[in-house]
Amino acid sequence: MPSQSALHPAGPQAGRIISLWWMMFYVTGAVFLIVMAFLVAALARRRRPYAGEAADVPDVRPEAARERRMSHVVLTGVGLTVVILFVFLIRSYVTGRALDSLHEQDHLTVKVVGHQWWWEVSYDNSTAAYTVTTANEIHIPTGRPVLFKLTSTDVIHSFWVPNLHGKMDLVPGHENVTWLKADQEGTYRGQCAEFCGHQHAHMAFTVVAEPYDKFKAWYDAQLKPAAEPVNPSQAQGRQVFLSSPCVMCHTIRGTDAGSRVGPDLTHVASRGTLAAGTLENTRGHLGGWVVDSQKIKPGNRMPPNNLEPADLQALLDYLQSLK
Amino acid sequence: MAEEPLKRELANDEALAEEVADEHERRALEKTWGDEPGFWGWLASTNHKTVGKRFIYTAFGFFILAGILAVLMRVQLARPESTFLNPDLYNQIFTMHGTTMMFLFAVPVMEAVAVFILPLMLGARNIAFPRLNAFGYWVYLFGGIMLWVAFVMNVGPDAGWFAYVPLSGPEYGAGKRADFWAQMITFTEVSALVVATEIITTFFKLRAPGMSLNRVPIYCWSVLVMAFMVFFAMPTIAWASACLMMDRLIGTHFFNPAEGGDPLLWQHLFWFFGHPEVYIIFIPGTGFVSTILSTFSRRPIFGYTALVLSLVSTGFIGFGLWVHHMFATGLPRLGESFFTGATIMIAIPSGVQIFCWIATLWGGRPRFKSPMMFVLGFFFIFVIGGMTGVMQGAVPVDLQVHDTYFVVAHFHYVLIGGAVFPLFGAFHYWFPKVTGRMLGEKLGHLTFWVMFVGFNLTFFPMHILGLRGMPRRVYTYQPHLGWGDLNLLASAGGVLLTLGVLLFIVNALRSLRAGVLASDNPWGAATLEWATTSPPPAYNFLYPPTVDSRDTLWTQPADQPVVVGLRSDVREVLVTRTLDAEPDLKAEFPDSSIWPLLAALATTAMFIGTIFTPWAFPVGMVPIFATLTGWFWPKKRQAEERPPEEVKQKHGKRYYKLRGQES
Repeated sequence: MPSQSALHPAGPQAGRIISLWWMMFYVTGAVFLIVMAFLVAALARRRRPYAGEAADVPDVRPEAARERRMSHVVLTGVGLTVVILFVFLIRSYVTGRALDSLHEQDHLTVKVVGHQWWWEVSYDNSTAAYTVTTANEIHIPTGRPVLFKLTSTDVIHSFWVPNLHGKMDLVPGHENVTWLKADQEGTYRGQCAEFCGHQHAHMAFTVVAEPYDKFKAWYDAQLKPAAEPVNPSQAQGRQVFLSSPCVMCHTIRGTDAGSRVGPDLTHVASRGTLAAGTLENTRGHLGGWVVDSQKIKPGNRMPPNNLEPADLQALLDYLQSLK
Repeated sequence: MAEEPLKRELANDEALAEEVADEHERRALEKTWGDEPGFWGWLASTNHKTVGKRFIYTAFGFFILAGILAVLMRVQLARPESTFLNPDLYNQIFTMHGTTMMFLFAVPVMEAVAVFILPLMLGARNIAFPRLNAFGYWVYLFGGIMLWVAFVMNVGPDAGWFAYVPLSGPEYGAGKRADFWAQMITFTEVSALVVATEIITTFFKLRAPGMSLNRVPIYCWSVLVMAFMVFFAMPTIAWASACLMMDRLIGTHFFNPAEGGDPLLWQHLFWFFGHPEVYIIFIPGTGFVSTILSTFSRRPIFGYTALVLSLVSTGFIGFGLWVHHMFATGLPRLGESFFTGATIMIAIPSGVQIFCWIATLWGGRPRFKSPMMFVLGFFFIFVIGGMTGVMQGAVPVDLQVHDTYFVVAHFHYVLIGGAVFPLFGAFHYWFPKVTGRMLGEKLGHLTFWVMFVGFNLTFFPMHILGLRGMPRRVYTYQPHLGWGDLNLLASAGGVLLTLGVLLFIVNALRSLRAGVLASDNPWGAATLEWATTSPPPAYNFLYPPTVDSRDTLWTQPADQPVVVGLRSDVREVLVTRTLDAEPDLKAEFPDSSIWPLLAALATTAMFIGTIFTPWAFPVGMVPIFATLTGWFWPKKRQAEERPPEEVKQKHGKRYYKLRGQES
């Protein structure tokens, strides 16, 4: 299963952040222990009773010499606090600079548009014919920085792959940018991190980091139009797709379906998950999703589909052929 | 030799005469200052103790309601893919939990305690602008009821307590849910602003003679800073929520990017209020801590001036760090670094306070009574919360932990640790003063330990959950993410925390009925609220006290002067000068009145009406105007009709000399 944790960095940015965090953790942890030690000592100290006074009589004129000593300790504590905080500030600033210094001429650019509740992903290319559009699954080559351009068409979402980097919001009317770089091959799970309504909990995606060759192969495959049906069942499935409400929202390149309200399904069978990381991409899940997605992800924008069993099987045959 | 018995007899006569005179005074004051009898009188009360108690009970009621919502959320999250709550309900529940805790519990309860305690601690007869005080309470109550009725009728807000646009805007926030949220803000705004006005005025003008600014108890300073912060923070959110209402109701486009508006504008306005809000809640908490620590360490607080300056500087810096809620919105990095600096800087005054408190304990002789236990728990919890706060001040760390359970853990550590534990300490501390009975001590200790363990079990695991990638505000999560066990642990801790709060309620109810009767000053404390009976009479002090030092009850001589010469047939109070608290003039406070309630009802009608139609605004103004006219209708002055009180020199007591008057 893909990892989703800030504690296990797989790229330089998440690595820098977590090492900054650990530094702060150890320093603040030590400070915490020292403060608690002073507190316990203050409570446990043995005190001489004042001559001839009942224990409860308040000490309204504390001994001046001791008060002075205490104020020296307090001042030292404040001074140390200031020094520690200043170190934190500098270290934070330096780390922040490093996070944004990935710029390279030869980078890949990926555009991500947030939708309630899925991710539209497209790979920028100066030639329109070489633009790949997919959903909820982002492939990147390892060892190369990738520039992400982020925006949203509805509400605010936040793009977050904890193993690679911190988050960046997708704000309607703004284009935010962030850089990712994966050093290690692997699949990393990301999730929307800004509350975006009903199904905020089910708005995940995966980032697949793979060597450049594999990435290139994937990219080339994604560029192709949808696979043609190779048997009658798949052909019937395509017919079902094109004659049902599916076409109102989805694109399958190479067919008449060209709407961009929902995810692009041209290569839906090549993806690992369905419904923005909600389900594993299996035939059973796909069938359940097509028929009654509201049961799986209540409130999502896809209406239920009342299909004849035979039509459903054919449709699944077809969709599963879209590698 | 025969003179001695004669003198003694004369003295006895004088003492007797004095007691008779005191009793007359007492009866006259009771008649003048007491609430009218019956239900009507109950509704019309403008006494700060009556209103303050109502305020505290109501806020505590909302705390319980929001707590129940928290329990529901913990049940839902205890296991992955639980179907206990559907997403729509869950989203309403977490929104209501945050909204209720922040707007209907935390800020109001801090104001409520101040409304009760502040005038007593300053030696005043009532809070300044008592009718406004009653009005503030009613408006708050009606706003809270409106929100909860909406929630029960399935129109509860569902866009989170910070209601980010466009999710809460006209296009994506369907129905009237966000409108009820925005209008609830207006209610609590009005309430908070009027109470802040009263607190500031009471602090500056109604202090006991002799209580110059350098003798004011730290708690009073803390609520003063809180009141000023309310003053500067609340108008921003009032404006923002008004814009949201207008976007939704009449199609203005403040936050609509398609029409030149900007969703980030909302975030700036919200957090310019929202961050100071945290300090509005936390600063009175530090006031409780200072008060309780000093009393139970049996010594004056260490570093009075440093503590006051820390409070004031926290108040200022608190306005300079709102952007740390927005580090992930794509603002320029250099600009964000300034806010890192400001965020980290606020740890300095907090550090000063912590160190001074520990020094107080170090130099004192601590008594482990139940209020003190909550303060000691505060240290442990709040310092952890402060440490994680410093971590998040760093932009890179924030980018990872922002909007995750790490943040949820952090702000519960600072808010429950920094405000709720001291508040429970304050409940245990002032319970005898408010009710006249002691709160059960053993059960108090048990309450503390159960709450303390329960709290840490609930919220500590959330730090780890956040680092392991769990975002906040998700109604469920998938089993393969591996968050199940820690969530289960957190939910189990939640059960314990709930139990702790229940123990407190049981203890309070039992003690109310059968607690030991409290003396005037059961803790041997130093501040003026302990100089009167428990509970205090309607007029607070038979003769308003004067003050000779910071810890006045510890240091004053037996014959410390009291104030006489105030009329007891009308609600006359002594107004003192701002800096040195020397008597300035005598002012007459208004009588109890039903008009504040009527004005609050009219205001409520207008506010709720504007959720549905803009016409409610002009039309609703008419009844408000009418009720305010009734409120301010000048009454026939009784003052001229009665002779001024005779000022008598009495045996054995010294009296404070009022200007232009012999004593």
